[in-house]
Amino acid sequence: MRKDRTGISQDDDRSPPADLRGAESSNKTRNCCGVGSVSGSTGPISMEFQAPCPDQVLENVLENVLQFLSSRRDRNAASLVCKSWWRVEALTRSDLYIGNCYSVSPRRAMSRFSRVQSVSIKGRPRFADFNLMPIDWGAHFTPWVTAMASAYPWLEKVYLKRMSVTDDDLALLAESFPSFKELVIVCCDGFSTSGLAIVASDCRQLKVLDLIESEVTDDDVDWIACFPESGATCLESLIFDCVECSINFDALESLVVRSPSLKKLRLNCNVSIGQLCRLIVRAPQLTHLGTGSYSSPDDAVPGEHASDLQSALSACKSLVCLSGFKEMLPDYLPAIYPVCANLTSLNFSYANIHSDQIISVIFHCHNLQVLWVLDSIRDEGLQAVASTCKDLRELRVFPLDARGDNEGPVSDVGLQAISEGCRKLRSILYFCQHMTNAAVIAMSRNCPDLEVFRLCIIALHSPDHVTGKPMDEGFGAIVMNCKKLTRLAVSGLLTDRAFGYIGKYGKLLRTLSVAFAGDSDMGLKYVLEGCPRLQKLEIRDSPFGDAALHSGLHHYYNMRFLWMSSCRLSPKGCQEIVRALPRLVVEVIKHDVAVCPDDTVDILYMYRSLEGPRDDAPKVVTILQ
Amino acid sequence: MAFDKELNLEATELRLGLPGTKESEKQPTIAIKSNKRALPNFNEESCGSKENSNASHLIQKRDQEIASPAKAQVVGWPPVRSYRKNCLQLKKMEAEAAGMYVKVSMDGAPYLRKIDLKVYKGYPELLKALEEMFKFSAGEYSEREGYNGSEFVPTYEDKDGDWMLVGDVPWDMFLCSCKRLRIMKGSEAKGLGCAV
Repeated sequence: MRKDRTGISQDDDRSPPADLRGAESSNKTRNCCGVGSVSGSTGPISMEFQAPCPDQVLENVLENVLQFLSSRRDRNAASLVCKSWWRVEALTRSDLYIGNCYSVSPRRAMSRFSRVQSVSIKGRPRFADFNLMPIDWGAHFTPWVTAMASAYPWLEKVYLKRMSVTDDDLALLAESFPSFKELVIVCCDGFSTSGLAIVASDCRQLKVLDLIESEVTDDDVDWIACFPESGATCLESLIFDCVECSINFDALESLVVRSPSLKKLRLNCNVSIGQLCRLIVRAPQLTHLGTGSYSSPDDAVPGEHASDLQSALSACKSLVCLSGFKEMLPDYLPAIYPVCANLTSLNFSYANIHSDQIISVIFHCHNLQVLWVLDSIRDEGLQAVASTCKDLRELRVFPLDARGDNEGPVSDVGLQAISEGCRKLRSILYFCQHMTNAAVIAMSRNCPDLEVFRLCIIALHSPDHVTGKPMDEGFGAIVMNCKKLTRLAVSGLLTDRAFGYIGKYGKLLRTLSVAFAGDSDMGLKYVLEGCPRLQKLEIRDSPFGDAALHSGLHHYYNMRFLWMSSCRLSPKGCQEIVRALPRLVVEVIKHDVAVCPDDTVDILYMYRSLEGPRDDAPKVVTILQ
Repeated sequence: MAFDKELNLEATELRLGLPGTKESEKQPTIAIKSNKRALPNFNEESCGSKENSNASHLIQKRDQEIASPAKAQVVGWPPVRSYRKNCLQLKKMEAEAAGMYVKVSMDGAPYLRKIDLKVYKGYPELLKALEEMFKFSAGEYSEREGYNGSEFVPTYEDKDGDWMLVGDVPWDMFLCSCKRLRIMKGSEAKGLGCAV
């Protein structure tokens, strides 16, 4: 595979070229042994002592040094120095990160890295979250867990994002890894409470069970009761706010009592405030609390638990993160005031309460660094945030009602206020109906630390609502002034000019999301030719065609993936990519199998891979060859 | 040993300098001249994509946009995860079923109240309820003169943020546009009496 060193991707998960791979299987004959750990040899260690040759000493030293390297990018770089370094790095890598589950096979990854304790795997591309991809597209955990079961008996941690996980997978996991400690599942689907029950009962060393924004089928299994019934558990984190099942509260309470190390607890909606109180009283050491529904439907008197809740919360001296509030009763809002001053993270993005109520909370939160809210906070609410939360690093403003009024409750006024008040801002996600260039430019100037700027102007092709001009200058200012920017999402009325700016100034950009923007192929060309660090590019409904696609040929091997849906690509144009870049897997996905006009490409999803076309694709997916 | 012709000796080369850096190797640019015109827009359902190959279309697009904002449903837009959409959708539906609560304030009164507008069938009932709640008298409403001669006047804030006199618009329209109510001192309410 031809490597382009000019823009070596920081996310380099590639294994080295053919000759180096040969080294691992050919038993390099070394007569030296015995001193330190013998790396790579497959035979029994010889009992003869022979003077270690210098190479072996070097490798031993290297091993002792490289084990301290934790950053995978540093490790990737180290592995490219020479064969020896490659070999030692592979032996000392304990965290395996697979950014695209189809870029490499489990077998290949596991034969290179033999001493792994923690595996992270990501599957579907992000646009799959928005129903743009067929449900059964792929990203199955099964082949991975099956391979790991024999390759990594000492596996401790698994992190999965956008994968399909089955109950059988979870059962195999629970059965295969006696030291298993941490399971984090984000935006996945395919499993049920039965699977959770097996993990709960069989993973005796479990410290972390985090289920985040995943679809979990309710099998009516009382999985909470499946945790070992007696003795203390090792649990430090239990997050299940997305699991929509009824909860055996007594079992949960008993579990909390038996988990003295529990620091993070995020409950689902089926825990009432009265129950929440009881739990908190049992676990005053909590640092992260998800309050579940934060509702009390059986109150005889509204707010009758309020003082109990307030004193229970006040006892949690270490609480820094609050979330939940899914069916929030405003009567209980004041109960959180005493803990607000210590909060660094607040997620109110499911609490549909009036802006006044949110503001009353915000005024107590001087130390907030992370805030997620609904746009029902309104511009006034954002002004309150700007005046109070001087340490804010991350802000997300989600839309309550996507198809709402023309006006929308948050606007350029709110964005401007935030830019003026929250100078340390690093990451923003902002949904609004309309925006102005002036506000975006202000943010680019006021917030120089911005790394992530995601502005979603919901009204399609919406220009600056004051000047009527495209939003080019605003986004241009962001890429120009925010020197640390690595992630950008653009929206609103944008011409090729905006992409010109991105290509010219977005030198550190790794992720770019484009929707309903641009005039012509030039837009995409500017980006592909100008952004050397680009890893993930997702584009929808924009007028970019085959010529634009071809302008990125020099760069696609350095990228994690390219997604283009509802653009102007033809099958012929995509075919030419395959011809030019054989190590790219080019998937063309149809919206609908039945309708087959063969001259159109609904979705193009392409990614580099060492394995060639996968064999688990559904009918709607055509892998061009 | 047979050397694969793709043997990449660079990878084994020991040299000074950070791994991964190298003088840039100019790749031959694959220049594909495309004289194809842009393909017709085949995605009718994604109402966002429009054919624009020259700048003058921008203005046209903008005017179109202002005239008829895109309200049609576009798949996967705005990009909010279904999990979040479902949570909030449920709450909206509940809110709609549960009633339309708006805050009511009265000048001089220390507390705000909340009433459910859906409970009332029309203005007379609403006014009566307000009068009872706040112990005041609104007086007679006339289109020309508003609430003539009363000490307090019921007003409301509409979606545009303007303060309007209660009673000017048809009841159903009032239900849709009323965000909050304020019982103003008669002296302040003078300007609201005229119909627009």
